[in-house]
Amino acid sequence: MSIESILECPIYELDKEEKSKILTSRLKELTVLHKNRCPQYASMLRTLGFDEDGIGSYEDIPFLPVRLFKEKELKSVPDPDIVKTMTSSGTTGQSVSKIYLDRETSSNQQKIMVKIVSHLLGANRLPMIICDCPSVIKNRSMFSARGAGILGFSMFGSRKIYALDDEMRLQTDALIDFLNEHKGERIFIFGFTFMIWQHLYKELVRLRDSQGITLDLSNAVMIHGGGWKKLTSEAVSSGEFKKRLKEVCRISDIHDYYGMVEQNGCIYMECECGNLHASIFSDIITRRFSDFKPCGYGEKGIIQVLSVIPESYPGHSLLTEDEGVILGEDDCPCGRKGKYFKILGRIQNAEIRGCSDTYAAGF
Amino acid sequence: MLRVFEMAYSEVLKKVDHIVGTPDSFAALLSCKALKPFDDRVCSFLSDLSEMIMKDPQMRAFPDVMTFGFWIRRSSVAGMKERFERDFGDTICRGKGLVFHIAPSNVPMNFAYSLAAGLLMGNSNIVRIPSKDFPQTGLTCSAIRRALEKNEDIRPYIYLVKYGHDREVNDLFSSVCDERIIWGGDRTIEEIRLSPLLPRSQEITFADRYSLAVIDSDAYMGTSDKERLAGDFYNDTYLTDQNACTSPRIVIWIGDRVEEARSLFWKNLHDIVKEKYRFEAIQAVDKLDAVLNAGCDIDGLKLEENEDNLIVRVRVSDIYEDIMDHICHSGYFYEYICEDILKIIPLCDDKRCQTISYIGPKEMITPLTESGVKGIDRVIPIGRTMDFELIWDGYDLRSQLTRIIKVE
Repeated sequence: MSIESILECPIYELDKEEKSKILTSRLKELTVLHKNRCPQYASMLRTLGFDEDGIGSYEDIPFLPVRLFKEKELKSVPDPDIVKTMTSSGTTGQSVSKIYLDRETSSNQQKIMVKIVSHLLGANRLPMIICDCPSVIKNRSMFSARGAGILGFSMFGSRKIYALDDEMRLQTDALIDFLNEHKGERIFIFGFTFMIWQHLYKELVRLRDSQGITLDLSNAVMIHGGGWKKLTSEAVSSGEFKKRLKEVCRISDIHDYYGMVEQNGCIYMECECGNLHASIFSDIITRRFSDFKPCGYGEKGIIQVLSVIPESYPGHSLLTEDEGVILGEDDCPCGRKGKYFKILGRIQNAEIRGCSDTYAAGF
Repeated sequence: MLRVFEMAYSEVLKKVDHIVGTPDSFAALLSCKALKPFDDRVCSFLSDLSEMIMKDPQMRAFPDVMTFGFWIRRSSVAGMKERFERDFGDTICRGKGLVFHIAPSNVPMNFAYSLAAGLLMGNSNIVRIPSKDFPQTGLTCSAIRRALEKNEDIRPYIYLVKYGHDREVNDLFSSVCDERIIWGGDRTIEEIRLSPLLPRSQEITFADRYSLAVIDSDAYMGTSDKERLAGDFYNDTYLTDQNACTSPRIVIWIGDRVEEARSLFWKNLHDIVKEKYRFEAIQAVDKLDAVLNAGCDIDGLKLEENEDNLIVRVRVSDIYEDIMDHICHSGYFYEYICEDILKIIPLCDDKRCQTISYIGPKEMITPLTESGVKGIDRVIPIGRTMDFELIWDGYDLRSQLTRIIKVE
């Protein structure tokens, strides 16, 4: 099934059976495409003894650990066709994923992103507050995950303002002016979860307590993402995050999203019921670490992500290092079809025994 | 000793956590008499330590501590002494002086073996012990303190410390030792080597190594001990997350009954792993990543079908030179079936190649060791790869840690 016809599909309306047909057909095609165009991918498939004729459903398609994109340069297009290289730092801090995009893949990422986000924000662009500093997108030759996220979401903003300056200070006066100018309009706030907590929420609390200044964001919709890792150490849960933000600036329409630079475009948006949702363009499977078999609903597993987009790099089926739980399929009370799930965090590093190079690792 | 030096080093020692010994005993360490190997006072200290360890109910919970206690018991040390006299009987040997040991930080008991070797050969010892809080390490150190109370003569010979990445401390200890032992791996060696040694001082380095197992399928099928062998192989591999230098990374199959032997061998191993091994999600991902990473670079690999992720086996159709650049841990094995053992020469003709463990007649390995390869330091039955000996990694620690006095 071609990407063009998938782009026509309603994004949260098809049920399990219909969706499975579409994904199986498209992902199988992508598997063959990458096998033919990326020699390393073909060699990996041979190592796994993989035969595409054996694919019954998209669950049978091999998955590559996302880490491989840090270790190898995997691309399915000739170098001159590459228009963008996305990078992400990951948590090791030592190596970065390198994701090669051609015009087609990059444009499909954007189209799908628009479909998913405008499902929530509506078709019109909104006045937008970016909860970050302007310098984060200055270096456009190398896209960081944060910069890429901001650029990606910026297309939903009509007029944009950065909430922070380059020293991470909240631009309170500018924000108050901005809100006054757009009184009565719906405002879109975007930022990374930790940035919002650290530099917006905490500063708003301080302003309220020390100077009695409050911002009214009751007509705003907030989308945030980028992981809870740093907030877990401060013991802030998703529910707590929403409750506390509402207390300080009356915002009630807050959505987390799950996504990664390795499958840009296919983000998983949180619904009104607090669940993350897979759109028609992507899916997740949770797998048991003991044998990589799919988990049942409610069972914790390693998250595999599948996306119909990637044509320029073999990243249509990836095993993340996140753990999560699929809560159900087609029956979330919010009305969206498809799988809905929760992320539980990253899988823990094991304490591997042994006797090599441990002087360094021990500290 | 110069007063200036004394002032400088007392500042450096403030950065060190003293586990056995004190900042004040550092000076004593430098003026210890060199002992003769297997000095009675050392033997009796180790024998007391052994008893304290073997009788302690708390320590009984740790097989690696028990193994150490067993290794330094009176009769075991007497055996080592006998072999020493046989091999070095005609020469007059003395400890080199002061040995500085850098033990690996993720193996709880290695420091104790290194210390015992240094003592047995007649040296005083600075040992950097694992900074991680292994209960085994703590218990052993407290037993050492108690054994020293009964053996005051030995006290100046033992100085056990913990410290972080600290160049100044490395510099200090390196500037006073006569022998430095670095228990790997390559990155640690590189880092410690930034600290210069005295002109006559020497160094033993245990670099990153890999090991192999060779199984004669006919011998395997002929034995009734298949379950014990599975346990032995488990101890060689999973017990250290297959991450010790001695853990086999590849199993070489020879003989006429390979297919039968393989399926039984892995099945028996799987039973034990399933029962005993604590397996975590990240290990499953690490192993999948390793298979694919190798598959990316090398054509001709084939992942064998597995019931689960506990044992990951990758069949290699040929001995590729870079296969050992793609090793993993926690139960990740390459398998190679060959008719002629000499086919694996490329694996052995590599200085990283350390131990060959085997099932079958040990003579089957002889053509390899005779072939002029630069690797292979040890050929030992499966199940005993972790047994520490004074001849290790191609070094005879006995001669490395002593000085020979030639008298005519």
